[in-house]
Parts: sequence; C-alpha cells; structure tokens
Amino acid sequence: MKKTKLAVWKFSSCDGCQLSLLDLEDELLEIAETVDISYFLEASSRLKRGPYDISIIEGSISTPHDIERITAIREKSKFLLAVGSCAVFGGVQALRNYTLPGEYQQVVYEHPEYLSSLDASSPVSAHVKTDLELRGCPPNKRQILEVLTACLNAKKPDLPSGSVCLECKRKGIVCVMVSKGIPCLGPVTHAGCGALCPAHDRGCYGCFGPKETPNTASLSAWISGKLGMSREDVLQSFRHINCYALEFCLESIKHEPKDSSERPEPD
Amino acid sequence: MSRRIQVNALSRIEGEGGLQLQFDAKGRVTRARFNIYEAPRFFEGFLLGRRYFDAPDFTARICGICPVAYQMSCVQAMEQALGLSVDEPLQTLRRLLYCGEWMESHALHVFMLHAPDFLGYKDGFEMAGDHPEMVRLGLQLKKLGNRLLASVGGREIHPVNVRVGGFYRTPLKKEMQDLREDFLRAVEDVQRAVRWIAGFPFPEYSRKYVFVSLSHPEEYPILRGQVLSSGGERIAVPDFEHWVKEHQVAHSTALQSELRGEENYLLGPMARFNLCRSQLTPLCREAAREAGIDQGTANPFKSILIRAIEILYACEEALRIIDGYERPEQPCVAFDPREGTGYGCTEAPRGLLYHGYSLDRDGTITWANIIPPTSQNQLAIEQDLREVAEANAGLESGKLRILIEQTLRNYDPCISCSTH
Ligand code: SF4
Ligand code: SF4
Ligand code: SF4
Repeated sequence: MKKTKLAVWKFSSCDGCQLSLLDLEDELLEIAETVDISYFLEASSRLKRGPYDISIIEGSISTPHDIERITAIREKSKFLLAVGSCAVFGGVQALRNYTLPGEYQQVVYEHPEYLSSLDASSPVSAHVKTDLELRGCPPNKRQILEVLTACLNAKKPDLPSGSVCLECKRKGIVCVMVSKGIPCLGPVTHAGCGALCPAHDRGCYGCFGPKETPNTASLSAWISGKLGMSREDVLQSFRHINCYALEFCLESIKHEPKDSSERPEPD
Repeated sequence: MSRRIQVNALSRIEGEGGLQLQFDAKGRVTRARFNIYEAPRFFEGFLLGRRYFDAPDFTARICGICPVAYQMSCVQAMEQALGLSVDEPLQTLRRLLYCGEWMESHALHVFMLHAPDFLGYKDGFEMAGDHPEMVRLGLQLKKLGNRLLASVGGREIHPVNVRVGGFYRTPLKKEMQDLREDFLRAVEDVQRAVRWIAGFPFPEYSRKYVFVSLSHPEEYPILRGQVLSSGGERIAVPDFEHWVKEHQVAHSTALQSELRGEENYLLGPMARFNLCRSQLTPLCREAAREAGIDQGTANPFKSILIRAIEILYACEEALRIIDGYERPEQPCVAFDPREGTGYGCTEAPRGLLYHGYSLDRDGTITWANIIPPTSQNQLAIEQDLREVAEANAGLESGKLRILIEQTLRNYDPCISCSTH
C-alpha cells in the first residue's frame, strides 16, 4: 500500500506547534515509518513535491506571500489540518489588528519600508478551507497524534469538547475562582489542556480559545463585579493570546473606553 | 560566469530563512548573506500598554523551543523594574526549569537536526535506520528535558507556572524525587553520546571570534552574572544595549548587531564554553578532555560536541538541584506595582537573551526591547559562511552547498526568535 504523504508548513508562528509533533518522542520514529514525511522543513532536508494527503499548518497568515503560499498548499493537499492558535485564530500577533496600520512597524523598525507585512494577522480559514482545526497554544500533542491516527484509519478523531471547567471537575481540581477569587477564563475556554493553569493555582488565560457558544458576558460581569477587575483589564483578558477569535474579539470590544479620548496611548 | 550558491529555504533549522553566496572569477566570495525573511510579529509593539503580568506569557510565544529563556529574561527585567528580590530557593528552582530547556533544545538540535550532517543523512529519521541506539537515546534525553519542564513549569512548551516574583505553584518534594532515577541514567547516556559525537569527522576551520556570554563567579552561566567578552570587557546587564548597536538591513527582517557598532561577536554554547568552561563539573571537563577540546575550541563545527557536553551539565545540575530540593514556603514574593525600568539577561540555549522594560505606576508597559541571540549572531554567521566557502571554493557546487548548510547549522539559528 502507498504510504500517506504528510507535509508540515510554517507560517507566522513561534514553532511550538511543529515542536509538539517532534515532542512525541516515543512515537516519532514509528510515525516516520508509517507515513511518508514528504515535506517537513524543520526536521528534514528531504523535500518531495505534492500532492500531499495531509498538510499540517502552523502559523497565521501575515504577509502577501503567505496568502499565495497557503492557496498553493490548499490546492495540493487532500486534508488540511490547522494546528494551534496562530493558524486557527491569527495568534497573539493579531493584536496588531486592533491598531492603526503600520503603528507597530514604526515602533520596532527603522526602515518599515523594507518589510512586507499585511496590516492584519489572520487565521488560515480566512483564506482557504480547512478540514479540521486543533486549538491551543500550543495544542496538546496527544490530540495531534489522535488526529493523525484517525486520518490514517479513516475514522473520526476523538477530541475533547466543552470548557476547561469540565476538565477541572473531571480532575477534582478546586475552583480557583470560587475558592480564591482568582479571575479565570476557564468557563469560556475550550477544553483540551487538562486544566493546567487551575492545577497550578492560577486562572486560565484562554490559550485554547473560545469554547462552543461561550457565555463571555456573564464571565465579564463576574470578574468585574465580584472580583473587581478594571474595565481595561477585562478588555485585555479577552484580547490576549486568542485576541482575534470571534467571541473573544467581540467581548473585548464591549469593554473599550466609551469615549475614545480615554483610550490609553502607547508612547 | 561567476559562481553562485543559493538556498531559498533552509532545512533543519528553526524558522524561515535562506542563504546566498556570490563568488568572483578568482573564487573569492563577494557576497555572503544569511537571508531572514520570516514575517516579524512586532512583540515590542503589542507589549506596549499591556500589564507587567502578561509579559512572561506573551514573550514565551516568541519561541516554542526556548520559551523558558524568554520567560526568565522577562521576569528578571520586570522584577528589577518593580524593585523585587526573589529568594534564593525560587531562583534555584528557575535554574532547574532552565536545565530542562537546555536539554530539550540541545537534544533536538544535536540528534535530529545537526548530527545527520556529519554522517551524511538527510534527517534524523534516516539516520535512525543505521544508528537506532543513538537516535533513541537522543530522543529520550529530549523527553526527559521535557518532563522536567512539565514538572516544574506545568507544560513543555509555553510553561504556565512562571510569574513575575516567582512561580504560581512550587512542585512537591516527591514530584522532584520521582525524576531522580531517570536523571541518573541520563548522566550515563549523555557520556556515551559525547564519545560517539567526538568520533564525527569535523571539517577543519577556525577563526578568532569575539565570544560573549554571561559570567558569574560561582556557576556556569544560565540565569545571572555580568556580560563578559573574550576581548576582556565586562559589562553590567543594564548597559548591554548601549554596548551592542542594532541596525536593520534589507535582506533580513531580524535586526543585526555589533559590539560598539564595530565588530561582530558570537553567542551560544561555543561562547559559554570558551569563556566559562572551568566552571563545568568534573565529568563535563573530563568529557571535554576526552573529546580533545578541554583547552577550548574556535572550530564552530565542534559546537555540536559542546552542546552535548552542555546536556551533560544540565543533567548533572538538575540532579544536584533535585537532591537539595525542599519545597519553598511561598511560591512567590509579594509586591505592588510601581514605576520603574529594569533589564534582564539569561543564557538561552542559543546564547545571551536580553529584555528591557519600563513600567508606569500601574505596572503598564511603556517601553520594551528584546534582543534575541540569533539576531545578534547574524554577522558572525555571515563571516563564517564567507570564510568556509572561500576555503572550500574548489569543491563542486553540490558538495559546497551541503558544507555551507552544515556550517549554518553550527549556530542552531532560531529565526522565529530573531525576527519576533
Ligand atoms: S499557536 Fe502558540 S505554540 Fe503554536 S505556533 Fe502559534 S504561538 Fe507557537
Ligand atoms: S478554576 Fe477556572 S476552569 Fe476550573 S472550574 Fe474554576 S472557573 Fe472553571
Ligand atoms: S488552563 Fe487555559 S490558559 Fe492554561 S493551559 Fe489550559 S487553556 Fe491554556
């Protein structure tokens, strides 16, 4: 039987998602034998042409060239899997989507004219159809493996759903928001990490992105009302690693200063 | 016609970059470029207006391979800005966390990305066919580094447990003791790996580098010290960004830098080893002696050996800290936000990583500057590419290209860091 051709592609990112794949230390060599790793620039100098059966995408779309590249990859890939917050929601770098075009370029670079950056950092799905998306920054490597295995066996992957709160309950972790008054995004955040932050006595900061139909308004009311968080801090809690995920974006906008002259100006 | 070597997309390095060498008719290199074209993400832009506590979680996202380095330089700078001093036991726990990152990052590079160059394979998977034991050993070392990161930091990539002032939760003594056996075994394993690597064919090349690393009277540098150069200069961390001058060139989205705006310099394992090797453990020094580099080395192709020795060091250091570990009473020191400016430098796997921040009285960031190791190494790398190419201009183009790519991997460049 012909081996499944796997390709891994990097866009604007930190490399953490690809590294999650390489962090499957016990399974890696077996994966490399089972599938044909046809394109994985970070791990191999053996680069084969498409078409590919599975393409894994890490990173957000942030330059004009990225758009051409993702379009071409979509055309030569049967199954396109977007992994991680960058690919699924535009990443933390999408914070620039809330500023004037070019504002940050001037902060960092003497010659912004040498750069070719799009004004916004956007998710893969804003440009091409994705077949499956895995959340998390980084995603859970067991879930990457589950999706790969499911693809090879033509099955549906078994992935967690619901909120981080459910994972707390399942693991018997005492709620940090109720017991210690620590603000926590767990109620609106997609399950998948195993409630890592509450297990470490801290609130969830939402790195797996919004859960299905999250009640962000009720959480905002709780953390500002009961826990006394300032309007600006509530805004920033939602405008975080997954700032460009629709539900978090909309919630953050609700907490913008009413009068735009109140908006804090960066130096 | 003049000769040209061009690689548009470099493999087995982190991030998106290429290289270009142009020769004249006499075989002299007229242009040597390390092209970095990865899109910048403007971290120093979007940090402005954020609160101090977001910075360690945000800057971790500069690099999935060395997030702890970002978190550590970041919290150090923040703590200085806030006038905090973090107790010794918490500092030691941070050093332990950092050991996990050195292991994970170095093991990935040594066994999966770089060793295949010396033995003529296209990747670690292919190499595993002929050297299964060593590849598996390397992956197990990487896994152990990751286990340490998860045990202390909460997760391997982008640890959740680091905060300004300390940690959110300190691990139990039992959790640390559970790691002990595996580290004991790892110390044995790495020594075998160092011997294996010492037998690689190393291309002949060396030059006089200006090495720069942290240096501390009591320990091999990871978390603290002054900045030392092989030219004998010693700089306090707050003066660092006046000492190095950053500038932008058209062929790289990462800023390049020079000491005093005059000369290139090299950071990373080679620099640490050459400047501070007397502070390594006796086992590490013995491994270096057996490998013939105990007097130091200026051959960048031997950096793979030094990385392996640093894995050994990280294992021994982790063991030492685990053995002395008592759970600190408080995970974090208490403080209130205040106005201030602070600077932090730590030794990322790839070399010295600098952060500087200013905060207003609410703890909101008003200024941020981050100088990663790979961007600082660019000019030294370009000089080596040029010199190695010139010395080997007689090779046919295919072979020369492979040698040049191998040369570039000597520095384990991390392009996502460099552009951030
Ligand atoms: S989603 Fe997170 S871990 Fe993945 S590439 Fe983006 S920043 Fe890195
Ligand atoms: S700690 Fe957070 S995630 Fe866990 S139950 Fe409480 S609110 Fe939900
Ligand atoms: S608890 Fe929240 S922030 Fe923490 S790892 Fe899980 S999803 Fe990410």
